[in-house]
Amino acid sequence: MASFPREQWYVAAYSQEVGGELLARTICNEPVVLYRTGDGTAVALNDRCVHRRFPLSQGNRDGDLLICGYHGFTYDPSGTCVAVPGQTRIPRTARVPAYHLVEQDSLVWIWIGDGPPAPETTIPRAPWLDGPGWVSVRGMEPLRARHGLLADNLLDLSHETYLHAGYIGTPEVAATPITTEVDEESGVVRVSRRMKDVECPPFYATSTGIEGRIDRWQDIEYHPPCLYLLHSRIAPTGVEPGPSADPDAFHAEIVYALTPETDTSTHDFWMVARDFALDSEEVSEFLASNNRTVVLQDVHALNLLEEVIAAEPPGFQELSINIDTGGLAARRLLQKQASQS
Amino acid sequence: MTVYRVSWQPGSDRLHGVCHCGAERFAEDPVELWAWLLAHPDHP
Repeated sequence: MASFPREQWYVAAYSQEVGGELLARTICNEPVVLYRTGDGTAVALNDRCVHRRFPLSQGNRDGDLLICGYHGFTYDPSGTCVAVPGQTRIPRTARVPAYHLVEQDSLVWIWIGDGPPAPETTIPRAPWLDGPGWVSVRGMEPLRARHGLLADNLLDLSHETYLHAGYIGTPEVAATPITTEVDEESGVVRVSRRMKDVECPPFYATSTGIEGRIDRWQDIEYHPPCLYLLHSRIAPTGVEPGPSADPDAFHAEIVYALTPETDTSTHDFWMVARDFALDSEEVSEFLASNNRTVVLQDVHALNLLEEVIAAEPPGFQELSINIDTGGLAARRLLQKQASQS
Repeated sequence: MTVYRVSWQPGSDRLHGVCHCGAERFAEDPVELWAWLLAHPDHP
C-alpha cells in the first residue's frame, strides 16, 4: 500500500504555473505533463510517450498538440496519438492517459486514481486565494519527506514555539490547550487554539503594525488528504468580533496543499492570503519571504525526520501527548482513505 | 452530525472526549481517548 491515499483529488499546480510551456511534475508516483491549450484549458497527460517512454515534457508543442521530442509521436489534448513518423497508420493503442483536472481558487486539481473522479463539488474550497478583498502570496518547496509527516507537522502547531521562534512561534502557542473535532461524515479535522493576551510574533507584528499584546486564533481545517486551511485571526487584545463582521481584526488564511510526489517526497504548496494592507507591496514581500523561511525550517526538519524513519526498522514506537490529538485524528482519516483506495 | 470532539481542559492535562452519540470520557492519553471514541457504538 502506498504511503498516501489514491482515488483522491490533489493539487497538481498553481494556475499561474500552467501555461504555454510544458510543466513536468511527478504526482503520487505518476509522471505528469501539464500545459494550457489555446482556449485556456489546462491539460494533464501522462508524461511518457507510448512509443519508447520518452518524457513528453521534453518535447514541443504545435498549437494544442504535443510532439514527442524523441521520434515525433504527436498527441492531442485528450492523449490520443494523431500522428506518428513515416507512416499513415496510427496504431489503435497509441494514446497516453489524460487526467481529469478541475481549476478553481487559482489551483489546478488533478484526480489521481483508477476509478471515475469524485464529483467536483467534493473538492474543498479556498476562495481567499483569488477572491475580492484578499491578496495572497505563495510558493512551493520540494520536501524530501513523506506526505504524512507534513500532515503531522501542520496539525500540531505547538512546534511553532520551538522550530519557528522569532517568526511565528511564541511561548504561548505550545502552552495553549487545543480543541479537536473530527467530522466523520465530511472527513474534516478541525483543531482550534484560541490565545488571549499573548505576545505578537514578528510575522504578524510587522505585517499588521500592531504594537503590544494580541488575541490570536488559530483555527485549522484539514481536508485530507490535500488541503489544509489555517484561519488565523489577530487583534489587539480585547477586541472581539462583532455579530456579523470583524472589522477591527486582521485575518490571514494560511493555506497548504500537501501533494505526494513519491512515497517519500511531497510537493509543499504554501499560500498566505490576507485581508489587510491590500495595496502594500512591502507587506506582500515581507509575508512571502518570512513564510518561505518558516516553510524551509519545516522542510529541513522533516527531511531529517524522513532520513531517520527510513533508517529504522518498521514499527518504531512513538509517544503521543495532548498536543498530538489533531495529528492522530488526521492520521486515522488518511489511513482510512488509503485503505479504501 | 457525526462529530467527535476532544477538548483539552485548560489548566490541566486532561482531555475530555465527547462522541456524537453523547457518550463522554476523560483521559490523559489521546491515543487511548481516540480508541475509546472510535469504538462507537461499543464504547468500552
